[in-house]
Amino acid sequence: MIRFDAVTKQFPGGTVAVEDLSLTAPTGRITVLVGPSGCGKTTSLRMVNRMIQPTRGSITLDGQDTSRMNEAQLRRGMGYVIQHGGLFPHRTVLDNIGTVPRLLGWDRTRIRARSNELLERVGLAPELGERYPAQLSGGQQQRVGVARALAADPPVMLMDEPFSAVDPVVREQLQDEFLRLQGELGKTILFVTHDIDEAIKLGDQVAVLRVGGRLAQVAEPAYLLAHPADDFVADFVGRDRGYRALQFQETPRLPLRSEPTIVLGEQPTEPYAGWLLVVDDDRRPVGWVEPHRIGTRTVSTGDLHRGGTVATEHGSLRAALDAALSSPSGRGVIVDASGSLCGTVEAHEVLTAIEGTRRPERRGSPA
Amino acid sequence: MTWLADNWRTVLDLALSHLYLAGIPLVVGLLVSLPLGWAAKRWSRSYPALITTTGLLYTIPSLALFVLMPGVLGTKILDPVNVVVAMTVYTVALLVRTVADGLRAVPDHIEQAATAMGYRGLRRLLGVELPLAVPVIAAGLRVAAVSNVSIVSVASLLGVSQLGDLLVDGYNRVIWGELVTGILACVTLALLLDLVIVTGSRVLTPWLRVQGGRA
Amino acid sequence: MIPSLVSWFTDPANWSGEDGIPNRLLEHVAYTAEAILVAAVVAIPLGLWVGHTGRARWLVSLANSARAVPTLGLLFVVSLWLGPRITGDLAFVVPSIIVLALLAVPPLLAGTYAGVQAVDPAARDAAKGVGMTPLQVLRQVEVPNALPLLFSGVRSAVLQVVATASVAAVISLGGLGRYLIDGIALGDYPRAAAGAVLVAVLAVLLDGVFALVQRRVVSPGLAPGGRGVSGRGKDSRSVEVEADSPSTPVRAPA
Ligand SMILES: Nc1ncnc2c1ncn2[C@@H]1O[C@H](COP(=O)(O)OP(=O)(O)OP(=O)(O)O)[C@@H](O)[C@H]1O
Ligand SMILES: [Mg+2]
Repeated sequence: MIRFDAVTKQFPGGTVAVEDLSLTAPTGRITVLVGPSGCGKTTSLRMVNRMIQPTRGSITLDGQDTSRMNEAQLRRGMGYVIQHGGLFPHRTVLDNIGTVPRLLGWDRTRIRARSNELLERVGLAPELGERYPAQLSGGQQQRVGVARALAADPPVMLMDEPFSAVDPVVREQLQDEFLRLQGELGKTILFVTHDIDEAIKLGDQVAVLRVGGRLAQVAEPAYLLAHPADDFVADFVGRDRGYRALQFQETPRLPLRSEPTIVLGEQPTEPYAGWLLVVDDDRRPVGWVEPHRIGTRTVSTGDLHRGGTVATEHGSLRAALDAALSSPSGRGVIVDASGSLCGTVEAHEVLTAIEGTRRPERRGSPA
Repeated sequence: MTWLADNWRTVLDLALSHLYLAGIPLVVGLLVSLPLGWAAKRWSRSYPALITTTGLLYTIPSLALFVLMPGVLGTKILDPVNVVVAMTVYTVALLVRTVADGLRAVPDHIEQAATAMGYRGLRRLLGVELPLAVPVIAAGLRVAAVSNVSIVSVASLLGVSQLGDLLVDGYNRVIWGELVTGILACVTLALLLDLVIVTGSRVLTPWLRVQGGRA
Repeated sequence: MIPSLVSWFTDPANWSGEDGIPNRLLEHVAYTAEAILVAAVVAIPLGLWVGHTGRARWLVSLANSARAVPTLGLLFVVSLWLGPRITGDLAFVVPSIIVLALLAVPPLLAGTYAGVQAVDPAARDAAKGVGMTPLQVLRQVEVPNALPLLFSGVRSAVLQVVATASVAAVISLGGLGRYLIDGIALGDYPRAAAGAVLVAVLAVLLDGVFALVQRRVVSPGLAPGGRGVSGRGKDSRSVEVEADSPSTPVRAPA
């Protein structure tokens, strides 16, 4: 557990980067610091490993005051992913990953094994291990940065915009892998981003900072979206926050209707008006067809309309609504965990379900 | 400084020779380096070859180059031409690389914009690329100027006269005033040349001063 | 010119004794090594310190502007001033080594400083962040990353010293410069030209040796524009070409 207690940082020259910050990052959870550029996120993070000394207030780590701990020791016990990558250009990828174990005096074979293991863990091909950072793409470099921070298996991770230098698709991928990894490792993570979507997706708890380094609100993502504490937070979480909030609401029992289907490669047996759902041999939906277009031919993949998204049975309301809205027939496809068809649902039915879930939540608190 | 008061005419004469021996090579060297540097940039295959050759020339110690010049040029050993040519070689050796790097540093988008506006070949070089490379080229020229002034004084050992004569004579006859005057005159000359180059570069790049002079 | 040079080089008298090529060559290399060592012991730690702490940067500017002082003048002043205070053979050697070392300081200092300055601030930051002590940051991150520019400083210094050592024959130092100075004094052109060839070859060879050492010592990850594994060999070449970059210390061959 990391605890900020009335922490203030004033830089020489007068800039107050962080003011009177009190915040707890619980053990084993992801706490995200989010806010506009220059609001003091990096400063807050760097005070934890004492790269920056607080002007006032204290930071404790599992109840121990960090200002009394040995600096180098403290830092070796915390994984730190810095904002601009910061890989060592003169060391290979494997040597970069093995930096902290080497500082801790592990023997060579153990470092080697651990580095290789982490390379794989963060989804990099083994042959990249012998390359130098300049020979990697931005996304690969960020993975190496994460691997280096994880190398000595520290209980605490400080991550400063680790996924910022990549395109949205790769970022999404990195975020998913990061969540999977955290599911296995259960670290105490302080994560900085200026991207509210990333904050909401990754955070068990999200702290919104405003410029001047003052905490505007700290809450679970769903609560933050539903109950922004003030105009600043409301503005910051964005206009479509209502829609985004749906991603935290599990689909309640939706009134699923059974859907007539046709198996790919077969002919329509009876005349059917409107859109017909095509499934494969395992009843997994593959797309929609309009029967009058194919007449009595067999359905081939070329006939398919693939526009719609698919939602899972126990997924979020957001996914269900999206499936309905994106389906050419207006009926959203819902599948079970194995991907087989459960049934379909229409948008208005999802909306009704949403109405049914509208009871105020009592989690998190405005700061 | 009584020595200087008694001999200022001599000092002035020697300073003029020194300026000539160090300055002419700067001008000629620059004129030769521009097309060479441009070629190194234009045909990127020629770049390593040119850089390696000029680097090698630069490696040769100056006294050695002075002594070898008559053999290469067929001149007499006392001929000042030896010194002028040798200094030009050094200047070119240093500047070709600078010019090539300066031109290479012009951002691609600027070159493309210039081409898109109809600038072509020599006009694009003179109108767009060269002006933008001026600060880098000037920096190289400053280094060449300071080193040229220092090197030229060595030519006194071969009997080519310039400010170095004051150093040799002052040493041989143990006249401290003369020795110190020689050193100060060399430093002054180097600083003057430096000032001329800095001023010239500023005049040629008015846009840098508007931005707060990031050169 | 060529025939007289050839006959000078093939004359056995020029290959033995105190004034023989092997001895002069050895002297020249020894002076160079001594001067570079003395200068390196002072300039490299100083450059590391200035680069690491960012303090006393004026030292680097001062050393750089000192290059406007003509080497010949420096040689004479130190020799006149120190010569009478030292007895025996050392009277010529010590002042010369001091001057040679002085001349090697600016390129070494500037190269080291520029090298440490050029280290990616994010890498330095990360080094602190993973818990390196200041000394570990210096040794494991700053020094290895400073090597390309540090080497260009060393190579500049070596060339400078080799060149000036031959001029120092004028204040009675040994080495290959003897052939040059004596040849000129005696009007013996073949001898002077032979000295010139020897010095030039020595300079080129030494620079080549340092280029090879540099290629071995500098991490391939620091090659400029080093994307793609295939480009590795070519890239370390360009590190070497980088050596005399005008943005970094450039020597004045004396
Ligand atoms: N070393 C420093 N000296 C003086 N001011 C600083 C220093 N570091 C940061 N600041 C100032 O403190 C404020 C907060 O900076 P910080 O780096 O924490 O912002 P941030 O929230 O991480 O921003 P970004 O999203 O752009 O990374 C800024 O106004 C910044 O200019
Ligand atoms: Mg930041």
